[in-house]
Amino acid sequence: MAKQLAFYVDINKCSGCKACQVACKDKSSLPVGVRWRRVFQYEGGEWIDQSGQMIPSNVYAYSVSSACMHCAKPICMDVCPTSAISKRDDGIVLINADMCIGCRYCSWACPYGAPQFNEELSVMTKCDMCHDLVDMGERPACVEACPYRAMDFGALDELQAKHGTFADPAPLPDPSITEPAVVYTPNKVTKSSRNANGRLMNLEEL
Amino acid sequence: MTQNNFLTKALNDTVMTRRSFLKWSAAIGGTAALAGGVDFGLKAIEGAAAAGEEQTLTVGCYHNCGGRCILATKVKDGTLQRIVPDPTPVEEETAEVPRAIPCVRGRSQIRRVYAPDRLKYPLKRVGKRGEGKFERISWEEALDTIASEMKRIKESYGNEAFYFNYAWGVTWNGPDGSSIIQRMLNLFGGYVGYYGTYSEAAYGVAMPYILGGYTGNSADDVVNSKLVLLLGDNSLVTRSGGDNGGYWYMKAAEKGTKFIVVDPMLTDTVAATQGEWIPINPGTDTALIAAMAYVMVKENLYDKEFMATHAAGFDESTLPEGAPRNSSYMAYLTGKGYDKVEKTPEWAAAITGIPAERIANLAREIASVKPCAIIQCWGPQRRAYGEQFVRAVPILAAMTGNFGISGGNTGQLPGGGYCPMGGIPVPPNPVQISIPCFMWPDFVTRGTEMTVEKDYIRGASTGWNATAGDTTTTQANKDLRLKSNMKFMWNHGGNCIINQHADVNYTRKVLEDDSKLEMIVTVEVGMTPSAVYSDIILPGTTGFEVDNIITGEGHGIKGNHAWALYNHKVIEPMFEAKDDVWIAEQLAERLGFGDKFRDGHATREDWMRDMVAGAQASVSNFPSLEEFKEKGYFKLPGGKPFVGFEAFRADPEANPLGTATGKIEIYSPVLANLKNEEIPPIPIYIPEWEGVSDPLREKYPLMMMTTHFIARSHSTFENVDILREAHPQCIWINPLDAEARGIKNGDTVKVYNDRGIVHIPAYVTNRIRPGTTNIPQGAHYTPNADGVDIRGCGNTLTNYRPTPMAKGFTAHTNLVQVERL
Repeated sequence: MAKQLAFYVDINKCSGCKACQVACKDKSSLPVGVRWRRVFQYEGGEWIDQSGQMIPSNVYAYSVSSACMHCAKPICMDVCPTSAISKRDDGIVLINADMCIGCRYCSWACPYGAPQFNEELSVMTKCDMCHDLVDMGERPACVEACPYRAMDFGALDELQAKHGTFADPAPLPDPSITEPAVVYTPNKVTKSSRNANGRLMNLEEL
Repeated sequence: MTQNNFLTKALNDTVMTRRSFLKWSAAIGGTAALAGGVDFGLKAIEGAAAAGEEQTLTVGCYHNCGGRCILATKVKDGTLQRIVPDPTPVEEETAEVPRAIPCVRGRSQIRRVYAPDRLKYPLKRVGKRGEGKFERISWEEALDTIASEMKRIKESYGNEAFYFNYAWGVTWNGPDGSSIIQRMLNLFGGYVGYYGTYSEAAYGVAMPYILGGYTGNSADDVVNSKLVLLLGDNSLVTRSGGDNGGYWYMKAAEKGTKFIVVDPMLTDTVAATQGEWIPINPGTDTALIAAMAYVMVKENLYDKEFMATHAAGFDESTLPEGAPRNSSYMAYLTGKGYDKVEKTPEWAAAITGIPAERIANLAREIASVKPCAIIQCWGPQRRAYGEQFVRAVPILAAMTGNFGISGGNTGQLPGGGYCPMGGIPVPPNPVQISIPCFMWPDFVTRGTEMTVEKDYIRGASTGWNATAGDTTTTQANKDLRLKSNMKFMWNHGGNCIINQHADVNYTRKVLEDDSKLEMIVTVEVGMTPSAVYSDIILPGTTGFEVDNIITGEGHGIKGNHAWALYNHKVIEPMFEAKDDVWIAEQLAERLGFGDKFRDGHATREDWMRDMVAGAQASVSNFPSLEEFKEKGYFKLPGGKPFVGFEAFRADPEANPLGTATGKIEIYSPVLANLKNEEIPPIPIYIPEWEGVSDPLREKYPLMMMTTHFIARSHSTFENVDILREAHPQCIWINPLDAEARGIKNGDTVKVYNDRGIVHIPAYVTNRIRPGTTNIPQGAHYTPNADGVDIRGCGNTLTNYRPTPMAKGFTAHTNLVQVERL
């Protein structure tokens, strides 16, 4: 059995520029409206009055780049009525477009919003971890695209050994739901799904 | 949708009715049928790989972001497949010469090449100017019309009626670009040029008065800093890719350098460097700087010796000869200056909105942590009194002992290495007169009345370089006058006619009267608002359709290394697009000086060979044109980061600055002679019109900036669908201001002042100061039937009122009101 492959994102190095998202769309020729990789802008804090002057109080912001997590427990696969979704030996979760009837059960079930309906093709689509490139020994387009080298990909256990097991920067959900194959390094203001006190700002990524 | 389908749609949306004169061969799936039998496919370029084979070729990102990156594209059967980053092998990457991985904009280039709004054939205006009615014409007719109009206008008004407008949509070394057109225009008898830029007019003009030139440390030197103080610098957005400024800031942050950022917005640079945010009222940086200097003086925290030996006019003892008493910066700080006000932190707090204690602590921190890089960027100088900010920041760098050392900075924008490359030779312009680039509408309406003393018209055009030739204040010929108003404008890949120039509604009126400016020729790849206001539009090539050469420095804001890129022609020109060399040569033929224009250069390659020879003359190991093309890039390591004014620091007598006194000229005797209150001899805080303290805030309470945006390089990339999707256009507004107006995040709002109205979604965020808003610049002006801009072009609201000295754009100084729609 091959090792489960996973994405890694260092939030310390992420500027929120979305080069990863655009590289993904360039590589996989995605139309507007289908975003296999999304970048959430998360923000917290407030402005308070300090003896007549308005000052920011704990105002913080960070970005979370997120795609299909190629989960250990892919709930999308469980709910698919046509068995169109499968998990490869190396853990990459794929949708077989020929078998997909576009019912969207997977997109409702996935807590990450990873499967997305492609209207032109009338099927569900999602991040395939650039398995065509991976099979040729290359890295996924998003990972290659980051100008700040915030992203990596590789075997989940190796990434965890190197970077820890943090997998739920807010606004991402509790990882116990699907056991995502992902590792994040938080920066100093990153909240987890359990102590989230801010809000998702960029409505285009909803 | 596959890339091919995407392309099919782009073609189909717009070109169903035309017949191509090109013999397109290899069809892209289905297009020929959809196009009603017209043979339309894409042709593989000559010498391309065999059918079905994929090639990876270097191409450039060649716009005006201020940075530069190396792209490559996969191309198969004459169709672009996908972008890949800098093809330099990862193992060849070094700490000094990182791979120039493109930013989000560069990654989207294929959608720009295949954009549905690509101009497909020459157009001539048939309706009223600006109405948007055009008719397709042949290249023959377009070129004949331009040539005969040029002759007519020259005969009637002379060459001083011609203008080459400020434009940077294509910013590369050549052979394509502005130079080849300027070569043609100069052989025709010349044109009125411009000087300065829309970006850094005040920086360009005012900086020499304090430092004699521009020599910041190279951007890679920030990794040697313990502390970095950024004033209005958002390099993570503007120069966000490759080996540019943003990359080095992130490297420094990774190494543990602390960032403090003074900005009205918690920008991506603040967030990504995890810096400390000092939210300041827009336009008040000079008050903050004065108060910090005051604290350093009062608490004895500054380098007295350095200020005594290296600066002029910091205190009374170093004032240049002839300066009146109490005219030093020290006198200004301590309440003995012209206004008799002490520049205490409390004084500055009331202006800047930053608590006094925070100002004092900031002063103490930057005075004590060494080395500290104090860096200004260009946003704060694109304001009402931008020249004051430009000259104030170096004072802090000097006082804190960080001037001329590694890990420090001169208070300027970081510099970087460059790769010397030959260019297209532009013969001297016979017209020896130029205008500040921002003032071109005045050239249309009252050009012959413009003067040296009021409008700062000058002698020979110096292009972007504002300090070459005559300086603003020492004109040899005070009686210089233009003989004609502007009658002919060449707009080369530019969007400063409408959109990037201030006050769109005013500019529209100037242009709609075509009895004044009689002929506007635009070369473009897409239908921009400026193209809409043109009389003849010529469809140009994108960088993917033409061989060209690009060097890596952009505006120099990068590491100390450099590179040159061979930009391959990877596909045939789309539709009837033509390259600049061809266009210029065709006109030169029609105007009767084809041979002189070519000067022995029969092909594009001949020009490129000259450019490479130019590089070889300076860089001994620069490859031959053939080797350069084969590999695609040439990288030139720079070694250690560059330190600005290091020699001056070591020995100011032996290595004086280029100022009148040879010192850091805090008091400028040249400026004192102007006797202009808005251009004082020392850099001071001048309350802005439409600024924080303008009574007009009763009517228009919110300040509005128009900053650079991650999804565009100015207005370039605006037509790219996936960038619009990734980064929607919106106005930033604080929750306190939004709640008072019943506005929620995502609501569409009306933003207005006396100059115009914009409808735009609101981004309600704590990341901007209360009282301040921001509309990112560059969205394409899109008026509805009522003249309301519905896309969010900030220049619908900006002011055509220049800075006092540089006559620069004051893009960020605006007052508006915002209402829920």
